[in-house]
Amino acid sequence: MEQVKSFYETPSPAGLTGIKAWLLTHDHKRLALMYLWAVFFWLVLAVFLGMALRLELMFIGETIMPPEIYNSFFTLHGVIMIFLFVIPAIPAIFGNFFLPIQIGADDVFFPRLNLFSWYLYMFGGLLAVISLFTGDGFADTGWTFYVPFSVTTETNVSLTVTAAFILGMSSMLTGLNFVTTVHRMRVKGMGWLQIPLFTWSIYATAWVQILATPVVSITLVLVVLERFLNIGLFDPAKGGDPLLYQHLFWMYSHPAVYIMILPGMGIISEIIPVFSRKAIFGYKGIVVSSMAIAIAGSLVWAHHMYTSGMSDVSVFVFSLLTYLVAIPTAVKVFSWVSTMYKGSILMTPPLFMSLIFIYLFTVGGLTGLVLGAAGTDIHVHDTTFVVAHFHFTMFGGTGFAFFAGLHYWWPKMFGIMYDFKKAYIAAVLATVGFIFHYIPMFILGMQGMPRRYYDYLPHFETGNFLAGFGGILMVIGIMLMFINLWASFRVREPASADPWGGTTLEWSVPSPPPLHNFVEEPKILEYPYDFSGVLARAAKNKG
Amino acid sequence: MNEHESEHILPYGFLAQILAGLVLLTAVTVGVSYIDWGFLNVPIALFVASSKATLVLLFFMHIKYEGMVIKVSFISTMLVLAILISFTFWDVAFR
Repeated sequence: MEQVKSFYETPSPAGLTGIKAWLLTHDHKRLALMYLWAVFFWLVLAVFLGMALRLELMFIGETIMPPEIYNSFFTLHGVIMIFLFVIPAIPAIFGNFFLPIQIGADDVFFPRLNLFSWYLYMFGGLLAVISLFTGDGFADTGWTFYVPFSVTTETNVSLTVTAAFILGMSSMLTGLNFVTTVHRMRVKGMGWLQIPLFTWSIYATAWVQILATPVVSITLVLVVLERFLNIGLFDPAKGGDPLLYQHLFWMYSHPAVYIMILPGMGIISEIIPVFSRKAIFGYKGIVVSSMAIAIAGSLVWAHHMYTSGMSDVSVFVFSLLTYLVAIPTAVKVFSWVSTMYKGSILMTPPLFMSLIFIYLFTVGGLTGLVLGAAGTDIHVHDTTFVVAHFHFTMFGGTGFAFFAGLHYWWPKMFGIMYDFKKAYIAAVLATVGFIFHYIPMFILGMQGMPRRYYDYLPHFETGNFLAGFGGILMVIGIMLMFINLWASFRVREPASADPWGGTTLEWSVPSPPPLHNFVEEPKILEYPYDFSGVLARAAKNKG
Repeated sequence: MNEHESEHILPYGFLAQILAGLVLLTAVTVGVSYIDWGFLNVPIALFVASSKATLVLLFFMHIKYEGMVIKVSFISTMLVLAILISFTFWDVAFR
């Protein structure tokens, strides 16, 4: 099996060589790697933008940048992180690479559309860069582009939202591709309840991508139309409604946080059973909770608007609905923890990062209850408490799930193993830095420090200084993690087809996989997390 | 492709009938706009527009002849749209 040519040596379409074999490829694995490098670029850029913001805030007054640059930087940090990293990262990289393999397919259903989606992603990113250097500079609205400011500001909002529009299209087409692939290309014999949980989570996410993204796309078009034609859709003087914008924006952007977190949850659901050598607790519960999060998460958008002047009835209804999302989310957390209970735990960097995920994400989820309850939300609305909560879920959650997935599937994608010790050190540094970075923001928020402010009162300085210090530590940890992975290309320690003892189909193919993924007919397990075979093999090797 | 989704080419005559129906409904839209129905003005206009959209979807876009997966996906999409619009009225109606 090991002599089979990998997809690196077999271009698709055949005959293409060099850079063309990548830029014109139809192979889902090559496209996944093209996304990987692009996402890496954006992630590193946005991390350093965020770092610059925290350095500015470490001390009172101007530290390293003037206020206009600060405004543009936090908009750019948000836009890049949301639209170019968190939303596409896991579905576009790991979804592209592993979804077809996990269901026994040789590619996605629409390979050319997949390539087109990548070009849209790159084009959207390019437009975001162009908007930095043209007109009156990058938008200073924050990633939410709230009216009326986004309609009246002189900065380059039109181009920035056009970039977001194109990125949305890329995300939507990727979702469409995945839904079709799961329905049409599952290997014969794989029923719905034999699909691995990562694929289930990508499938649930894909539906949200398809259904919610058009709403924000149209909304962003409306902002551009308002800027050029001054129609008055959001202007009360002309019969418009400024809250309509917020409704439309959050109709997508709240489900979008589930687009961001669900795939991360899928990764954790893969890693925990493998390193506990135990079938996942409550497979069906996790499947149902993925779909329930996708559905319930789409009905709670107005919890971002409690203080906007929305009706009290609406506040009550959306607060109630928000609490409903906590149920399927908790089902997942309990299932992961229960899976480890009495498991035969093998500590590895992916598992370690998954444990960090569970801890940080749970804190993020619980602080979400403070924001979901209308009464307490009013106290901390638009303070750094919200920033901390959001980053605990999106970075402590999705970010660490991404890191865990990267360390879990790295040997499969590249056929090489990385240094475990450095991976652990990096994860510890990033986590300690993370806690120092965001916990002070919770406290500052409760004390009343508004978010997005350039400067603050003297009694907020200690918290901001600590947050800055934590930020530096966190960035060092993340960079060490990436350098360690990069160094694996130099050392090139070969990885076997199944270095972890996994049961899902990607571990039954060579590392890296061949062009058509499978060299023999995939064997479908009755239950996707049946470790009896893995344990028997391990016992045989021992004996 | 499963059996339910085999080729389904509709005759031009039938498509022309649908087109005629759409033109007729457009005339109805224009016609009813000349009459003041009071509260019913908007519901009537929406009903006629929805009927036209239904004809386009069923016959021009072939939803009527598609398999169950496509139909369920489409209906779910419409349901989501209905929910998004109706939930907004928790705000607008009680402000």
